[in-house]
Amino acid sequence: MAAHGTASAPVDALAGSTTTPEPNTHSRLGSKQHSDGGWGLVPVQVRSSRFASYDVADFEAVTGLELEWKHTPMAIVRPLTSGLLDGSPIEFSATEAPGITVEWIDRTDARIGTAGKPEERASANAWTAFDKALLVTITGEDAGEITIDRSTLGPSARAAHTVIVASTHSRGTVILQNSGEAMLSENVEIVVGDEAALTVVSVQEWKSDAVHLASHFAEVGRNGRLKHVLVSLGGKVVRVNPSVHLSNDGGDVQLYGAYFADAGQHLEQQVFVNHDAPKTISRVSYKGALQGAGAHTVWVGDVLIRQSASGTDSYEQNRNLLLTEGTRADSVPNLEIETGDIAGAGHASASGRFDDEQLFYLQARGISEEDARRLVVRGFLAEIIQKIGTPALEERLQGVIEAELRGKAAV
Amino acid sequence: MSVLEVKDLHVSVETEQGTKQILKGVDLRVAQGEIHAIMGPNGSGKSTLAYTIAGHPKYHVESGEVLLDGEDLLKMTVDARARAGVFLAMQYPVEIPGVAVTNFLRTAKTAIDGEQPSIRTWTKEVSAAMKNLRMDPSFKDRNVNEGFSGGEKKRHEILQLELLKPKFAVLDETDSGLDVDALKIVSEGVNRARENTGLGLLLITHYTRILRYIQPDFVHVFVDGRVAEEGGRELADRLENEGYDRFLPVSTDAAEANVG
Repeated sequence: MAAHGTASAPVDALAGSTTTPEPNTHSRLGSKQHSDGGWGLVPVQVRSSRFASYDVADFEAVTGLELEWKHTPMAIVRPLTSGLLDGSPIEFSATEAPGITVEWIDRTDARIGTAGKPEERASANAWTAFDKALLVTITGEDAGEITIDRSTLGPSARAAHTVIVASTHSRGTVILQNSGEAMLSENVEIVVGDEAALTVVSVQEWKSDAVHLASHFAEVGRNGRLKHVLVSLGGKVVRVNPSVHLSNDGGDVQLYGAYFADAGQHLEQQVFVNHDAPKTISRVSYKGALQGAGAHTVWVGDVLIRQSASGTDSYEQNRNLLLTEGTRADSVPNLEIETGDIAGAGHASASGRFDDEQLFYLQARGISEEDARRLVVRGFLAEIIQKIGTPALEERLQGVIEAELRGKAAV
Repeated sequence: MSVLEVKDLHVSVETEQGTKQILKGVDLRVAQGEIHAIMGPNGSGKSTLAYTIAGHPKYHVESGEVLLDGEDLLKMTVDARARAGVFLAMQYPVEIPGVAVTNFLRTAKTAIDGEQPSIRTWTKEVSAAMKNLRMDPSFKDRNVNEGFSGGEKKRHEILQLELLKPKFAVLDETDSGLDVDALKIVSEGVNRARENTGLGLLLITHYTRILRYIQPDFVHVFVDGRVAEEGGRELADRLENEGYDRFLPVSTDAAEANVG
């Protein structure tokens, strides 16, 4: 059997310890992003020194060569990086939970900007454009679970801003459910209070021509725990980039992702974990399946362990199953370590076709090859889906994945 | 009565050093209800026989036949062989992430029988079989072979043997890596399956230890891809005392024979 598709994974792009330049301060002084232009090549960057600003005017026009854009189909996302965005509030419906409130707040509200700062132009464009932010507040040790459903965005270019705040000692789950048409750039700020345990699930089941660029920024309090699960299944170009700042002792983050790209679909996620306090823990696990000509997925996993972060424990992995010819999975783990005092730091990346031994085992039990393949793919992604912890949603997503597998003759 | 026949079987594998002949003309005849022990030193081709019968794509049949009641097994896909009634208990069962044991067992049973088992009797049957093999009920919610200990993997293989009820089972070194307690439990399971279904067994083993618990009717000694000697269970006793030395070349370079 011929190898399917293409997979790229630099074995160890920035592993080991690096000397880092002075922390970036110029954005606070209002200066502009350095131009990378004129070189034809983007110089190697370390994650710790990436430019950030709330104002889109501070960013150079995107050429598509930049580290954060080089995998993304620019022609399709251009309206979001350089176009004018409609910043009016986006209609939603929400379920109810005992300890969770949802309200619109003004863009001048002090709770905005506590977790995030845009590091690329589409994110800054959305930040500059939004009128009001949707504030989700979680209080109490049994706050429950809420689903915020957005399905009527329409095809015009829009901006959105969401702030999710889990107060001290609170426990709750927020599910962001996205479907329908979209040309959306948005920022989601997630503030996990001290000792709080928050689960945020973002499900992208957009229509097939939808375009969605999102930055999720999380700030985790002392001994706070965040579980963040991304599930991207539908949309033409869907790029959700979660970044987590572990800025307080004992902060713990689990970042999971499952994606299934069909023909012509581009699903991307750039994950950043910033270990900035002692005894912080991170686990990153993303798994993707690809089938059909032009199915393209991108996973970039940056883990930065700062000098301030002694005794950290981190592990990140990405696995991709290339089910047919003509698919491409880019997988780029980057580890940047500035301290020698770590409890653990590891990464793994593997992209490939089916494991013949798994198929043999299942077939040797009478299961047809077609059913065996389906079982393997479903199981492969189920590992992530099972992490959600909401049975009804898990079951529904398994059904969607099953339908994708059955709908295409490729498997 | 069903019969599994292996006739003048020649099998090769591709290695980095080129094509390597492993089986060089094997003949066997196993009738339902019989227990045949296949013994032999490492590299003699015992496992190759097991995987060739099951249809692993790595093994290339050069010539010869494997017949189940006269039907050519070698022409069938792996899953068709299983549905025809042949079961392979693997030496190294693979992990299937995200697939729960309960889901896997039901899917396999449905495939083998051609219809869904009745939920009520099936659930009971699974629970009873697990209890007999001293498996914790929580086991069925775990993913197939994921994080299983060596003993748990082997018990899981025998659990499938008991539930899928094949006509013939090939047990590939099921005894390896088991302590005495686990070996007894697994052997009980095999004996129970035989009593309940009258299946024929090909018991592949390097050691005679498992033959204390599963009594073979016939013993075949494999050496260098051929059956070097055959007999009743007294042959196993002789091997227990003498080992395989008398079958090996006079050269002491055992590593030579240890390929494949």
